[in-house]
Amino acid sequence: MPSENSSTATSAATPVLAVSDLTRSFGPRRAVAGVSFTLLPGECLALFGPNGAGKTTLLRVLAGLLKPTSGNARVSGIELPGGALARGQVGLISHHTMLYEALSPRENVAFAARLYGIRDASARVDDALRRMAMIERADAPVRSLSRGMQQRVSIARAMVHSPRLVLADEPYSGLDESGARSLTALLEELRSAGTAIVIVTHNLVEGLALATRAAVMKAGKFVRTDAAERIDRGSYAVTYREALAAGG
Amino acid sequence: MADILYTSWLIARKDLAIEFRTRSAFFSAVVFALLALAIFYYAWDPTAVTATDLAPGVLWVIFTFSGLLGLHRSFGVEMSDRAIDGLLASPASREAIFLGKALANLIFVAAVQLVAIPALVLFYNLPLTSIAGPLIAIAALAAIGLVAVGTLFSAMAVNTRLAELLLPMLALPFFVPIVTAAAQATAKLLSGRPVVEISAWLKLLVAFDLVFVVACTVAFPFTVED
Repeated sequence: MPSENSSTATSAATPVLAVSDLTRSFGPRRAVAGVSFTLLPGECLALFGPNGAGKTTLLRVLAGLLKPTSGNARVSGIELPGGALARGQVGLISHHTMLYEALSPRENVAFAARLYGIRDASARVDDALRRMAMIERADAPVRSLSRGMQQRVSIARAMVHSPRLVLADEPYSGLDESGARSLTALLEELRSAGTAIVIVTHNLVEGLALATRAAVMKAGKFVRTDAAERIDRGSYAVTYREALAAGG
Repeated sequence: MADILYTSWLIARKDLAIEFRTRSAFFSAVVFALLALAIFYYAWDPTAVTATDLAPGVLWVIFTFSGLLGLHRSFGVEMSDRAIDGLLASPASREAIFLGKALANLIFVAAVQLVAIPALVLFYNLPLTSIAGPLIAIAALAAIGLVAVGTLFSAMAVNTRLAELLLPMLALPFFVPIVTAAAQATAKLLSGRPVVEISAWLKLLVAFDLVFVVACTVAFPFTVED
C-alpha cells in the first residue's frame, strides 16, 4: 500500500509536505521503499512500526540529512534536498538531543535560533525554554541536566524558529509525565496554528493523541494508513498488530 | 556572502565558547608543544648544530602536531549526541559550516603558537625581536593552509573508527609543502638573511592557501552529505 492522500476537505490547500514514491537505499537494502503521502497545514501523521522499519530513515530524508535514492519529497513546494530555504521550514526532534554539552540550554537554543536567521533571538529563546519548563535551568551546562531535561531543551531548540513542518523521531523518549504533557500541548498548539507534523513513536497512545492520520510502516513501506475519523483509539493496538502481520 | 560570513562567525564563536569552557584541546596542545620543545632541547648538541639551524625544524614540527590535536577536536564536538545533525538540518550552508570550523581552528592554532613561539625563543635564545613581523606573516600563512586542509580531513575522518590515526595519515602529506616553505623561510630569517630572500617561500604559502581554502570549501559538502 504505497500511497495515501489527505482528506478531501482540505485538498485545496497547498501541502506542507508532499512525498512521492520516495525510496532510500543503503547498498542493496531499501530502508524506505516507495513511500507516498501528503501533509496539509495542521495535519499530523503518526508513524508506527517495529525497529528497522525505515521510520527514522524516512525522517532523515525529509529533514534533508539524507538524499533520496529515487522519488521525491517537497517541503512547501521545494524539492528535497532543497537547500537553506527548505531546511529553514523544518524543525527536527530526534532521539539524539543534538545539543552541545558544554553550552547552556539558553546558548544552545540561541545558537539554533541564529542559524535559522533570527537575529534578535533572546525573547524567542526564553519563550521556547519557558514552554518546555526549562527557563529556570537555562544557564546550567547541558551536561549537568538529566536526560529528560536535555530532551526538553532539544524540543525547545527544534521549535524556536516556528517551523512549518515538525519531524519528531521518538520525541517522548526520556520525558517524564510532565514533560510529555508539555510536549503534547506544544505540538497540539502548533498543529492548530497550521504546522504539519510527522511523529514517529512506539507509543500508540501518545502518537494517536495528536494524529489526524496514522500509518504503520514495515520493511520500508506503509502497510496501513488510517484517517483520524477511522481510528478506533481503544483498539488500535490490535489494528497495528494485524497490519504488521498482514504486511508480510 | 554576508549570510555565509555571519553564519561562519556564529559557528566559530560556538566552537570557541565550547573550547573556552572545556579547555581540553588547548591544554593538550600547549602541554604537547612545551614537552616536545623540552625534549628537543635536551636532545640537542649545540656543538654539532647551531640553534638557528635547529629551531625552524623544531618550531614547525611542533606547530604541525599540536595543530592536529585541535583539528581532531573540531568535528569531535559535533559527534556527541549528534549535534552535527542539528547543524546540517539547519539552513546554514555547508560552505559556512566549513569556514566557521576553519576559523575556530585558525584561532585555536594561533593561540597555541602564541605560547609555543615565545617558549622556543626562550629555549634556544633566539634573536626574534628583529624578525618578529616576517615570522608572524609566515606563521599566519602556514596556519591558514594547515587549518584548511586539516578541517576538511577532520570532517572526513570523524565518522571512522580510526579517526585519531586517519586524520594525521590523510593530512600530513598535504602539510609537507606548508612545513617545508615555513621552515625554509624561518631558517633564512634566523640566519640574518633579508626579507626579500624569503619572498618566494611566502608566495608559495600564499598560493597554497588560496588553492586549498577554495578547494576544501568546495569539497567539504561532499564529506558531510550522504
